[in-house]
Amino acid sequence: MKITCKDVANVALLSRLEFSESELETFTGQMDAILEYADVLNKLNVDNVQPTAHVLPLRNVMRADEAKPSLSRELALSNAPEQEDGYFKVPKIMEG
Amino acid sequence: MDYEIVIGLEIHTELKTNSKIFCGCSTKFGSEQNTNVCPVCLGLPGVLPVINEKVVEFAIKAGVALNCEILPFSKFDRKNYYYPDLPKNFQTSQYDLPIAVNGHLDIEVNGETKRINITRIHMEEDAGKLVHSGATISSSDSALVDYNRTGVPLLEIVSEPDIRSAEEARAYLEKVKAILEYLDVSDCKMEEGSLRCDANISLRPHGQAALGTKAEIKNLNSFRSVQRGIEYEVIRQEEILDDGGRVIQETRTWDENKGITASMRSKEQAHDYRYLPEPDLVPIVVDPARVAEIRANLPELPDARRQRLMNNYGLSEYDAGIITSSKAVADYFDQSVQNNGDAKVVANWLMGEVSKHLNSEGITILDCPVSPKQLTELLTLIEKGTISNKIAKTVFEEMWTSRKDAEVIVKEKGLVQISDSSEIVAIVESVIAANPRSVADFKAGKDKAIGFLVGQIMKQTKGRANPDMVNTLLRERL
Ligand SMILES: [Zn+2]
Repeated sequence: MKITCKDVANVALLSRLEFSESELETFTGQMDAILEYADVLNKLNVDNVQPTAHVLPLRNVMRADEAKPSLSRELALSNAPEQEDGYFKVPKIMEG
Repeated sequence: MDYEIVIGLEIHTELKTNSKIFCGCSTKFGSEQNTNVCPVCLGLPGVLPVINEKVVEFAIKAGVALNCEILPFSKFDRKNYYYPDLPKNFQTSQYDLPIAVNGHLDIEVNGETKRINITRIHMEEDAGKLVHSGATISSSDSALVDYNRTGVPLLEIVSEPDIRSAEEARAYLEKVKAILEYLDVSDCKMEEGSLRCDANISLRPHGQAALGTKAEIKNLNSFRSVQRGIEYEVIRQEEILDDGGRVIQETRTWDENKGITASMRSKEQAHDYRYLPEPDLVPIVVDPARVAEIRANLPELPDARRQRLMNNYGLSEYDAGIITSSKAVADYFDQSVQNNGDAKVVANWLMGEVSKHLNSEGITILDCPVSPKQLTELLTLIEKGTISNKIAKTVFEEMWTSRKDAEVIVKEKGLVQISDSSEIVAIVESVIAANPRSVADFKAGKDKAIGFLVGQIMKQTKGRANPDMVNTLLRERL
């Protein structure tokens, strides 16, 4: 076992996901298997290899600083589960 | 116990671009809610952000001006956290390869120069704004979100923990702000949130090398709150340590009204941002020739301008420092002097009457109702002897409210100085005749008595008599 239920519970918390005990166990087993599989990479010698910043061989793709029309507010809000006065409405925020 | 205060500042500044950092939405402040948003800044699936070239240019400019090394290879990363002001659930920022590193800035505090090292400067996107439907954030059962600010370009400037007092923190922030203004890369309006500051504060016994546990103070949104917030936090930590307690590493928010810092419990949970390279943006490679070109074309910065004011006009270091601490004030000064104003007189008026009026109305020099040209005209009237310095202050007051030119006001109100000696002699003689007691006092050696007589003459002429002539003519007749 490379990872434990506690690790998975922590990742779930950070991702705002809620798992039952049995789900936790299932996922822990599955994630462990995936990590085990990828572990083969740890056997490579990468001492002289720069970390990959991007998989494409492109650099400096930029755009000119020009303001373009935005979405209409109606369209921007059209997928919002809840809205009010032109705002996106979200549940209460816990803040101490 | 006496502790050493250790402070590091993180300054966020919004860049003055037309469009957002990764999309073409406008960055205009104060637009109606959710009208400057598009699929890219709303983080809708499948969109492709593209970096605004101006953001990179401004970041390099700021890096060079703050004596940083510009990294030849830099990239963006995703900083993951969940908060409703962040529609993508991650902020596009820079983690291990920021655009600029290893800079420094020299500040002056109490007449001494001190170097504050700058760890790094990175580019990132701003978040949206939450509007609470209830009275406070915790009493609301919902919140409203405006994403107009999401994606507005930011620079984050991170200092080393080299700052040792609230005063130094303020001086450093003021200097960074001045430089950004001179570079014309940011509006730096703290009241509109285009310049914001967080402070990491810890204490340690003098002589101890290891840093104490720090608290991060957020929401320091004015120079005053930077100073007050730090002062409060230092006392709070001192009390904890003196009682044998330990400071908890946490994020605290400054409450300007209550004058305290309070724990933000929701953010106490260990940060785990799980940075990962941003796959939708390709790396940025900066050619050293480009950096050299930007360096060669930097505008005059505050230190150089201060030196120029001292060399060219003989201003004191202090006066030149105050005038150049804001680009707008320095520009006002230069324009006034170019209008043939005497530099030292202009400096005195700027730091005296002008700043007094600006402060009392809480406005900046950009909104000054008296233009540099109008101020110079007023000063010319003093120089020509048309009005006295004292009357000039009255005229200035009138210019401020009516926006009329000095000459017009002087004519309308009949404020022209009386420099006709026969007219003054007549008044001097009548005042002498009416005040035999003061005259006797003066003759008996009470030099102060002359002040009373001068006062009487000024009263009769409503302050318009030429003060030098009054003095001479009065003394002649006593
Ligand atoms: Zn957009």
